[in-house]
Amino acid sequence: MKRATLTGLLFSSPFLIGFIAFTLYPIGASLVYSFTDFNMFKSPSWVGLDNYRWVFQEKDVWKSIANTLYMVLFATPISLIVGLLLAQMLNMKVRGQSIYRTLYYIPSIVPAIATSLVWMWVLNPKSGLINTALGYLGIRGPNWLLDPVWTKPSLILMGAWGAGGIMIIFLASLQDVPRSLYESAEIDGAGKVRKFFSITLPSISPIILFQLIMGLITYFQYFAQAFMLASMTNSGANQTMAGPEKSLLFYAVLLYREAFVDFRMGHASAMAWVLFLITSIVTYLIFRSSNRWVTYGGD
Amino acid sequence: MSSATGSFGGGAGKGIRRFVPHLFLAAFSAVFVMPILWLLLTSIKSDKDLYANPPVLFPKQPRWENYVDVFREINFLGMTWNTFFISIMCVIGVLISAPLVAYACSHIDWKGKNIIFALVIGTLLLPYQVTMIPTYIIWGKLGMIGSYMPLILPAFLSAGAGYYIFLLRQFFMTLPVSLIHSAKIDGASELRIYLQILMPLSKPIIATVGVLLFLATWSDFLGPLLYLNNEKDYTLSLGLYAFMQTHYIMWEKLMAASAMFTLPIIVLFFFAQKQFIEGIKLTGIKG
Repeated sequence: MKRATLTGLLFSSPFLIGFIAFTLYPIGASLVYSFTDFNMFKSPSWVGLDNYRWVFQEKDVWKSIANTLYMVLFATPISLIVGLLLAQMLNMKVRGQSIYRTLYYIPSIVPAIATSLVWMWVLNPKSGLINTALGYLGIRGPNWLLDPVWTKPSLILMGAWGAGGIMIIFLASLQDVPRSLYESAEIDGAGKVRKFFSITLPSISPIILFQLIMGLITYFQYFAQAFMLASMTNSGANQTMAGPEKSLLFYAVLLYREAFVDFRMGHASAMAWVLFLITSIVTYLIFRSSNRWVTYGGD
Repeated sequence: MSSATGSFGGGAGKGIRRFVPHLFLAAFSAVFVMPILWLLLTSIKSDKDLYANPPVLFPKQPRWENYVDVFREINFLGMTWNTFFISIMCVIGVLISAPLVAYACSHIDWKGKNIIFALVIGTLLLPYQVTMIPTYIIWGKLGMIGSYMPLILPAFLSAGAGYYIFLLRQFFMTLPVSLIHSAKIDGASELRIYLQILMPLSKPIIATVGVLLFLATWSDFLGPLLYLNNEKDYTLSLGLYAFMQTHYIMWEKLMAASAMFTLPIIVLFFFAQKQFIEGIKLTGIKG
């Protein structure tokens, strides 16, 4: 073997061992489990496509797909827009920029479990911050996490609160847009809105693509916050982790429930592969569409 | 005179124009800060203030005992130590193993260079749900569920660290190749180049990865939920979840516990602000 190859392998060996043990083998095993009836206590028995049939026939799965798509379709763009809006405001050369940046950013690093707890209290229908504030304005606020119509908007609100991480990335890329582009547009008499749509957005479109894909992946796998809120809004005896009228039953939560509460590993494995398929297709479609709206600058 | 008025008007216009962004920024920051303020204020309320009508914003007599209660009712220090221990071990593990592979797919010229990098990116796109169940079963067969092994050991093999390998590799790519080439001509081994040239140059990115990883492990919920089943081994995320299930409605205590859970992260942020921002920039720009 060539010396360089040997060195390369040696340097990669910790990763390669980890890859085989914690990625490659589990992928194979999970694919096999998805065709078996398996509950961890007895050895797997082959059931063919039964688990996949279950995935497509089970009402809860469809409910969870609908709930998850709701988040993917609304929470992702809303977080991106809030993040971009904040970044755009911060990019105006104002004094105290770093203080504002810190204030917007901090909520995004509060651990998910603490965030969920705080928002459960902020959104408390009677004594929460939001409904108290609305009360002063004479508006009767909704029941938020207790009302199936409002549960997911509550989560979107919570997500937008944590848009500081997205903002920081946008801010960095806004600062990289060459000033000369704006200056020549000003000479042509372009206004603020024109400049934003014809210079800013195209210039940062690669970052928008990156953030869009990260956001989609996050919301397709939405778990900790949903798990926390759903197990709280259920009465103690009814541990379905689904929230009011199953409005908080998300795909990753249902998958967890199948695997580690009901020990139906076959069902859960089939669900995992369906999720992989869906996210791959969506990511692929976005990448394919990207040559129409993403422009890579000349640098 | 007319010129004086003109300059006065212009000055006022400028003042207003300078003031308007601040107005927006301040209004928005109030929205972002309010929930945290609400958390802190609630954490020092008595249970009577909690549901008082009209609502009490600032408690007349701050009830600091809520914090004492949290300390008494859950093993807070123990959980903090557990969380800290797991987080630090993961940081050490990844910082030992990830730069090695990042080096192998940036500055070593060998056949596998691009294959390994493709594998790294592949792990990023694979949903964790696919590997979660078999991995759990492996740990079960090894009899290690309930121990810290499943949470720590994978870090030493860079498992689940694809994102950090990516960051490191992107940084390594920006380093001057000439430096490494001339060291090779001088007959230095790859290991020596790695340890004596690459590592000292990479201190900023090492610090960034360390901080980001610490934050991620500190906040992790699913890992501890899957693998820890003794209350004395709980991390703060899991402990807070369990505390919530027994103290539902006792918001003043839940908020005190949340504040105590979040505080170390905020402190870390203020000490390592540069690392946070730099790392995030690097992701975005290279993304």
